[in-house]
Amino acid sequence: MENLVKLTIDGVSVEVPAGTTVLEAAKKAGINIPTLCYLKDINQIGACRMCIVDAGARAFGAACVLPVSNGMNVKTNTPKIREARRVNLELLLSNHDKKCLDCARNQKCELQQMCQDLGVDDVDKYKGKMNEYDIDDLSPSIVRNNNKCILCRRCVAACNKTQAVGVIGPMGRGFKTKIASAWEQPLNDVACINCGQCIAACPTGALYEKDSTKAVWNLLSDETKHVVVQPAPAVRAALGEEFGIPMGTSVTGKLAAALRRLGFEKVFDTDWAADLTIMEEGTEFIGRLKNGGTLPLITSCSPGWIKFCETYYPDFIPNLSSCKSPHEMEGAMIKSYWAEKEGIDPKDIRVVSVMPCTAKKFEARRPELSHNGMQDVDEVITTRELAKMIKEAGIDFANLPDEDFDPMLGESTGAGVIFGATGGVMEAALRTVYEVVTGKTLDKVDFEAVRGTEGIKEATIKVGDLDVNVAVAHGTANAAKLLDSIRSGEKTYHFIEVMGCPGGCVTGGGQPIVSAQKRMECDPKALRAAALYNEDAGKPQRKSHENASVMALYKDYLGEPNSHLAHELLHTHYAARPKYKK
Amino acid sequence: MPDNKEKYAKLQEVIEKHKGERGAVMPCLQEAMNIFGYVPQDVQEMIADGLGTTLSEVYGVSTFYSQFSLKPKGKHVIGVCLGTACYVKGSQKIIDKISEELKIQPGDTTEDGLFTLNATRCLGACGLAPVMMIGEEVFGRLTPDLVPGILDKFRA
Repeated sequence: MENLVKLTIDGVSVEVPAGTTVLEAAKKAGINIPTLCYLKDINQIGACRMCIVDAGARAFGAACVLPVSNGMNVKTNTPKIREARRVNLELLLSNHDKKCLDCARNQKCELQQMCQDLGVDDVDKYKGKMNEYDIDDLSPSIVRNNNKCILCRRCVAACNKTQAVGVIGPMGRGFKTKIASAWEQPLNDVACINCGQCIAACPTGALYEKDSTKAVWNLLSDETKHVVVQPAPAVRAALGEEFGIPMGTSVTGKLAAALRRLGFEKVFDTDWAADLTIMEEGTEFIGRLKNGGTLPLITSCSPGWIKFCETYYPDFIPNLSSCKSPHEMEGAMIKSYWAEKEGIDPKDIRVVSVMPCTAKKFEARRPELSHNGMQDVDEVITTRELAKMIKEAGIDFANLPDEDFDPMLGESTGAGVIFGATGGVMEAALRTVYEVVTGKTLDKVDFEAVRGTEGIKEATIKVGDLDVNVAVAHGTANAAKLLDSIRSGEKTYHFIEVMGCPGGCVTGGGQPIVSAQKRMECDPKALRAAALYNEDAGKPQRKSHENASVMALYKDYLGEPNSHLAHELLHTHYAARPKYKK
Repeated sequence: MPDNKEKYAKLQEVIEKHKGERGAVMPCLQEAMNIFGYVPQDVQEMIADGLGTTLSEVYGVSTFYSQFSLKPKGKHVIGVCLGTACYVKGSQKIIDKISEELKIQPGDTTEDGLFTLNATRCLGACGLAPVMMIGEEVFGRLTPDLVPGILDKFRA
C-alpha cells in the first residue's frame, strides 16, 4: 500500500503519494505552477525560482524540489508570489536579447509564453550591462546562441544524464556564467554526438538545428537537377503536431502529399529502405550466428549512437552492423538502381532526407557514405524544418488529402514503419530472422517484450532450437549501461538494438519540441510510438521480406542480401574517434 | 624540481586516492595546482578520465573558483592587498607601480615567467598597510618608490 500524503493547495485538498513534489501535486489539483528550469525526469534543480510557492516557511520554496508533507497548506497565487515571480522573470529578461521575431523558437518559446502568462508589461524594466556572445554555428547539426540562454541547465542535464556525453556545462561564475564546452571550444571540436537532445530540452531559442531549408529551396528551384525526397518513419508520427494535430496522430498520407506539393520530383519513403535494412542486417546477423562472427551484433541505424560508440566505446566497433542507416541505403539505391532504371545520370540527382534527427546532418557528410565521389544523401532537414517549409509554401497541411509514396522505392511493410520507435528495429529484424531461419510462418508478429519506454529491455526469443538473447537500449546513457554490463561479463547477448535518443527516433533531436508543461501531462515517447505501432497493425504486409519492391530490387539488381554489390552500396565501416581534440 | 613525468605520476596518485569520493574534482584540482602551478587542459583531461567524470565538469569547477589558474604562474607570485585598510593607505598606487615596472596587468604573468601579479583581499597585516606578499615574504609600509628595489631582489 502506497503511503499517501494529504495537503491543501490554494484551498484544494489533494492526496498524493509520499515523495511527490508540490509542483506535481499542484498539477493534480488543476494548478499549473510556472516553471523554466524544470524538465520532468531530466532536470529538477530548483534553480530558476519561477515555481516559488508559499508553504508557510520563512522563505518561499521552489515547488519543483519541495516534497509534500501531511497537512501542508500551500499557496501558489498570492500578490507577493506573483510579484516575486514577475521580478525573477524581468531579471532574466535583463540579460536576454529579446529578438523574438527572427528567433527559431518564436511562438514556441517557454520564456516568451511565460512573459505573456505572468503579465510582463515592460521587458526593459531592468536595463543594465548585457553579455554579448558569438553564435557557435560550426557544428553541422546544432547551433548555440547564448544571447538567448537563461542558464536553466536543461541542455546540460540532457547531455550529461540522458546521453552520458557531457560536453557542455556551466563555465565561469556570476554574471559571466555561460553554458559552453571546456576551453570554450566550439561544439564541433568536442566529442558531441550531434543527437540534438539539448535542443529538445531548451526552453528558449538558445539551441536549434543548423538550417538546411535554404539549401533545399535552392535545389527545388534548380531545373537541371532531379530532386527526390525521403522522410524517415518517425517523421509521420510527429509532423502533425506542428499544425495543431493532436500528438500521437500519424500523418503519413498528408506527409507524402505535402512533399509532392513542395515540388519534389519523386516522393520516396525511408520506410522502404528500413525493410531493405532488415534484409541486409538480418542476413548479416544469421551469418555471424552461423559462422562464429562477432556477437552481439549491434544495430547501426542511429548516427548519434554510432558516433557515441566510435568515441566512448570504440572496443565495440567490431560489434556494429556494417549496414548503412536506412536513409543512406535509400540514397545509395536512388543514385544507382533508380538512376539506372530511369536512365538518369546520378550526377544530376539530389537526395533530400527529412529526418527526426540532427545527427543525420552530420552522418550525411561522412566521406565513407558515398559512391563514385557522390554522397548518398545531399541534404538533411529535420521534421521541424519541413514544417517550416510547408508553412512558408502556404500549404494547408491539416486539410491535405492522403496520398501515397512513389513506387519502386516508396512501398513499405509494417516492419519498416516501426523503425522509428525504440525496439522497432529489433522487432522488425526478429520477424524476418525467425521466418528465414526456421522456414515457418510466425503465428504472432508482435514482439511485445521489446516494445515500451523502459530504458533497457531484454528478451529471449526461441528461433527454431536456438535461444536468441536480445536487448534494446535507447538514450546513450542507457546504451553505456548496457555495454558496461557486457564488458564486465555480467551479460551476454546475440543481438542488440541501440537508438541514440530516449524513446528512439520518435523523440529525436529534430522532432517538434514538446514543452516542459506538456511533458508533465503526457509521454511523447509512448504517444508517438503508438502512432507507428497502429500504422504497422493496419498494414497488409508486416514483414520486411514480404516487401515486393525490395524483393524486386534483389531480383533485378542486387542479386541477394549481402551480395558483392549490396556490400559495395549498402554497407560501411567505422573508426575510433578521439575524445579530446589535440 | 621534479620533472614532468614525476609530476604526472604524482597527479595520478592523487586521482587514485580521491577516486569514488563525492566532490573529488576539487581536491584533485587543488593538488594539481600545487604540483603544476596551474591546471592546463591535459591535466584536466587526466582528472576527468581518472575520476570518471567529464572535462566540462572539471573545467566548470576550475573556472568557478578563482584559486585555480588555467595559465602558468610566474616563479614569484606577487599579491598586493586591496583590502580596506591597505586601499585607504594607497595600495592602488603600489599595484599601478608594479604594473608599470613589469608591464603586465593584475592577473597576468611576465613574458620571462618570473612574476605573476595578483590583487588580493585582506592579507591580515593591516598594521603594516599598505602590504604586499611576494611568495611567502611580506612587505609592509610600502611606497611606490620602494617597488623597483624590492622587485630587483627577486630578479637576482
